[in-house]
Amino acid sequence: MKKEELPQDHSALSGVTREVCYVKDANGKYVSDLSTGWEVKKQALDNAWDDIKERVEEASLKVRNGEVSPVFYFMELKLMDLSVLSGYTGFWKWTIKRHFKPSVFKTLSDSKLKIYAKVFDISIEELKNFNGKTNSSL
Amino acid sequence: MEKLILPYNHIQTAHCENGVATGLLRHHGLEFMTEPLMFGLGSGIFYIHIPYLMVNGGPAVSYRSMPGWIFSRASKLLGIKVNRKKFSSEKEAYEYLNKQIKLGNPVGCQVGVFNLPYFPSEYRFHFNAHNLVVYGKENGNYLVSDPVMETVTSLSEDDMLKVRFAKGPLAPKGHVYYPENVKPVSKEHLQKVIYKSIRRSAFDMLSIPGPIVGVDGIRYTARQVRKWREKLGPRKAGLYLGQIVRMQEEIGTGGGGFRFLYAAFLEQASEITGNTKLLKISDEFTKAGDLWRASAVNMGRIYKGRLNDQKDFNESANMLDEIAEIERAAFKELRKIKGI
Repeated sequence: MKKEELPQDHSALSGVTREVCYVKDANGKYVSDLSTGWEVKKQALDNAWDDIKERVEEASLKVRNGEVSPVFYFMELKLMDLSVLSGYTGFWKWTIKRHFKPSVFKTLSDSKLKIYAKVFDISIEELKNFNGKTNSSL
Repeated sequence: MEKLILPYNHIQTAHCENGVATGLLRHHGLEFMTEPLMFGLGSGIFYIHIPYLMVNGGPAVSYRSMPGWIFSRASKLLGIKVNRKKFSSEKEAYEYLNKQIKLGNPVGCQVGVFNLPYFPSEYRFHFNAHNLVVYGKENGNYLVSDPVMETVTSLSEDDMLKVRFAKGPLAPKGHVYYPENVKPVSKEHLQKVIYKSIRRSAFDMLSIPGPIVGVDGIRYTARQVRKWREKLGPRKAGLYLGQIVRMQEEIGTGGGGFRFLYAAFLEQASEITGNTKLLKISDEFTKAGDLWRASAVNMGRIYKGRLNDQKDFNESANMLDEIAEIERAAFKELRKIKGI
């Protein structure tokens, strides 16, 4: 890529930082230069976020319909998956999967709920009372 | 400890691990070190597509070697030891970092980006192999040189512990590292290890068995891309392509970017060794990098929804095949080069 071809598009980095890219200068030698962003990448990132929002939306609907517990919803909201949540809580993945069931979730002790609440950065009440009707903001 | 600022020069780089490694070696007296040289000596260029594994709900492809390997491999060639420490206790990790700063030793830290406050929120995923340098402490905050940032920044003690003890895949476990035993490097030695690192990269890209690694791995991805639309439906297939582009071009990962970086390394290697063949092969990697970017543009048209026919997916796949063959030929040329 030539120096003058380096894209300078608006992106999520704007106002925070610019990124280093290696480009060829007029003499055909490699130099580093700064880019504010590239539209192609921005679109990929935007799409990924749209997908995340949709997944959170779906999770909230499932809680409302009584198909899954709030643990599942907050896992999605915090961009986690089973391995990340398992890492933070110290619970086995299969244990967490059980806690996804509303019937099992209802029987969870306060100490277990406290662990989840701490990881999700919410109170135990917020965790217990989440019914899928109001969405926490992403 | 109220105020302690170590004389560390912040450098900004395309990739965080290169940046920390380059900055620390320069700090220890190896002034000639540059990001491309570090990337080349560490044999950072790579490709792997891990089947069945999902990352953020998309395919798992990587354009670089394992986190940590670049610094380790380059150091080994230069006769440097990288002192690495991981911790099970947060308290110990906290005390160890403070001790290193008191000793006047700027150190590299592996961190997760999800809780990194100075990162734009759009980039804060649960990615745990980010690297930064801690070079001091002021008013209870750590002074941080993050190689992807234009300027230095800082982190509170709480935030630092949080990011050092991020959980999930590649959890850093408080990982702190710094080079030891840094001695001046003679020109002859540098020339020798440049050739050695080039052979290493050629081996990685051409000779590791199996269909998912190296240039064969790029062809593997191409085969998958051809199948995705039918298998997953147009929408999901588009998201998968988006994931490839993000892994390829996002800050600190970089497929196209890494090819330019390797081309820049070969250019510098040619200067240091006086071997003009390396300069010629450097052009091939520039070509590969340009094609990676063109392929990203093409995939972009699909996930933006402008095109979404099977033939568009095929076209993307064909471009990947073309890239694979350019890189195969270039690495075969590199493999033939006789070192000293």
